[in-house]
Amino acid sequence: MNSLYRTMFFVPGNASGKIAKAEIYGADCLIYDLEDAVSVNEKDAARDLVSSFLSTYRPDCRIGIRINGQDTPYYEDDVRAMVPLKPDFLRLPKSETAENVQALDALITEVEQANKISVGTIKIACSIETALGVYNAYQIAKASPRVFAIGLGAEDFRTDMRMARSEDAEEILFARNQISLCAHAAKVIPMDYVNSNFKDPEGFKKDVAFGKMLGFTCKSVIHPTQIGLVHEVYTPTDKEIEHAKKVVAVYEEAMANASGVIALDGKMIDMPIVTRAKDVLAYAKAAGKEI
Amino acid sequence: MVDEKYMEQIRKVPGWETKQAFSGAYNAHPEGSRMAPRPVKFFRPGTDKVKSLDYILDAIGLKDGMTISFHHCLRNGDAVMLYVVDSIAKKGIKDLTLSASSLSKVQDCLLPYFESGVITAVDTSGARSKLGSFIQKGGLKKPAIFRTHGGRARAIETGELHIDAAFIAAPACDRFGNLNGVEGKSACGSLGYAMPDAEYADHVIAVTDGLSDTPLDYVSIPQTQVDYVTTVDSIGDPAGIATGSIRVSKNPAELLISRYAAQVIAATPYFHDNMVFQFGSGGMAIATAGYIRQEMLKKNYTAAAGVGGVSGFHVQMLKEGLIKTFYDPQDFDLTAIDSLRTDIKHHEISASAYANPFSACPYVNMLDFTVLSATEIDVDFNVNVLTDSYGKLLGAPGGHPDAAAGAQMTLITMPLLRGRLPMLLDHVTTVVTPGESVDVLVTEYGIAVNPRRPDIAECLKGKGLPLTSIEALREKAVKLSGKASPLELSDKICGVVEYRDGSIIDVIHEL
Repeated sequence: MNSLYRTMFFVPGNASGKIAKAEIYGADCLIYDLEDAVSVNEKDAARDLVSSFLSTYRPDCRIGIRINGQDTPYYEDDVRAMVPLKPDFLRLPKSETAENVQALDALITEVEQANKISVGTIKIACSIETALGVYNAYQIAKASPRVFAIGLGAEDFRTDMRMARSEDAEEILFARNQISLCAHAAKVIPMDYVNSNFKDPEGFKKDVAFGKMLGFTCKSVIHPTQIGLVHEVYTPTDKEIEHAKKVVAVYEEAMANASGVIALDGKMIDMPIVTRAKDVLAYAKAAGKEI
Repeated sequence: MVDEKYMEQIRKVPGWETKQAFSGAYNAHPEGSRMAPRPVKFFRPGTDKVKSLDYILDAIGLKDGMTISFHHCLRNGDAVMLYVVDSIAKKGIKDLTLSASSLSKVQDCLLPYFESGVITAVDTSGARSKLGSFIQKGGLKKPAIFRTHGGRARAIETGELHIDAAFIAAPACDRFGNLNGVEGKSACGSLGYAMPDAEYADHVIAVTDGLSDTPLDYVSIPQTQVDYVTTVDSIGDPAGIATGSIRVSKNPAELLISRYAAQVIAATPYFHDNMVFQFGSGGMAIATAGYIRQEMLKKNYTAAAGVGGVSGFHVQMLKEGLIKTFYDPQDFDLTAIDSLRTDIKHHEISASAYANPFSACPYVNMLDFTVLSATEIDVDFNVNVLTDSYGKLLGAPGGHPDAAAGAQMTLITMPLLRGRLPMLLDHVTTVVTPGESVDVLVTEYGIAVNPRRPDIAECLKGKGLPLTSIEALREKAVKLSGKASPLELSDKICGVVEYRDGSIIDVIHEL
């Protein structure tokens, strides 16, 4: 299992075949969805199915569960049923305020204690889906030490903002920027939004690359074909790895020689460049690339 | 692999006293003459070969206990078997052996002739649906024989399978008896599976709906082998004979398996310029071929030859020059049929040339690699493509064991689970292709290399592929599906599965 969260792959919690097969596509993280993918008539069945699957089998990757929102009658039952399964995290939809997150934190703590699970084991990923949520993004990210990631729920956000969906998602640019900024400020993972157009691989790749440029390091995906494309964009290329190696080598040599000015191929190398190069190498290594 | 108690039952069948149990894929040491006896013929010039079937059946002296044969190139569109068997039944002839290169669901219509005793024995590659059920209810006088395509050609040529009358469905046929499968309203493509029958049967009768008064330009089976020609309105339903287009898998799990398979191939020395390969025509095999095509373009490689059944995708590669020549015993779609007729690089070959192990070198021996599917596989890499998980007949050995034995590297692409059932078992329900001729299993959960091939395992290291052992994959399958109760099969056998060399590799049980 790698330590990255490049892809969070949503798996409908009511589809046994998809639950059983989801791990084969190599996502860094699987999220069993009890919320939007499951109709109100099947909420109990999905909870039982996910519960029964994870009690007997554990895929070799990180596991999250998207529970139903706090404004639904399923929320508390979801938390009480899922925490004992010890997923890596619960993903909370419609996170709007720090209080939302703290309420979930308290409930998880109660269930952890009741099940003799070390308090703090289960993390929280927050889906921010409203104007208020985007406005409060930093407070949400800092609301609890359990929060390790925040991301934009684009469709609900558009609805809340009375926005129509455009092809290049221009209308959510500010929200994406805000989420990325607040996540980095709070030292949590910024999760990029779900792009549901899986029939346009080129368009999807462009969208992922744009998200990467905005600072995102994780993408929520809903179709197996999207996983490889995200990894392709997020994982450093051989060329990038080679360049990063040179930067680090030049830097280390300069340090050893106590040289003041560091340059590579005629360009000045300063500390941020060295830090970025080290990040690239660490990321590539975590993604299983040979360094 | 076959229990001695079953071999004892088999050797009690008249004519099968010397049948041997399978002892290894390359252990056969054939002796004796290749030529099966065939009557000498004389045709007075000017004699008309075109006769009614009724006349022909009398003229050839067809009688109780004889063996009649058919090819399966019309696949699920075939109307010839029913027409001929019905005509024979009307003459009161009974107790025939039906030797068909395979039997499809369309042949369910023959069931009444099985039930009434017109047909009492079967020699085929596959049987399914109602005929399969009839066989597994113990309806035949002796166990059915399931042969590989190459094994059937071998049996015909050695005289082990003696055909009294071969009825050859012919999409195009002239009055002299030349015939082909690439022209006419019922075109089916290569007639490779009919060629051994035409060469060795005592009597050869072409059944055609495309009679030509002038000699054919394209000849698959020559007039020198054909005794009579009879005409019918239709030899079959074109929709069942050839599909209009190929199916490329869109299932993401199948695409993943196909991509892994292509990565495995590309990492081995068998992927090289001028390679020779065989891909099946299933969705996953075509998808694998698609990925291999991309790799070939990247490396600027071409294949010296393609071997085996042809579909539109193979033709595309032939036209692009990525495959230089094709040796074709069977076609699956209209594009392939048209290519066989028009492209001089596309060659029609017989089932014997394709896969007969008792020849100097069948075309399958050229293969650098082949990508095959499986119904089940086991931890010893044995493959089943004939029965389902309950022992019920559903498929056919076809060319599977032949290609696997001939190729330098054989890959099996298969989902680890189908529905709730694991397809990787401790022991397959029926052994059709022995594990010693299978090199790599590619599933969506990982890739296992046969321990007999450490050289291949070595090539795959460090390539980012999900390598694992077959035992670990089996454990995963059990973990996901739960352990199934052992299958209880009847001790009564209703079929024997013959390996390509004629030895018995497994049996089919009554159900």
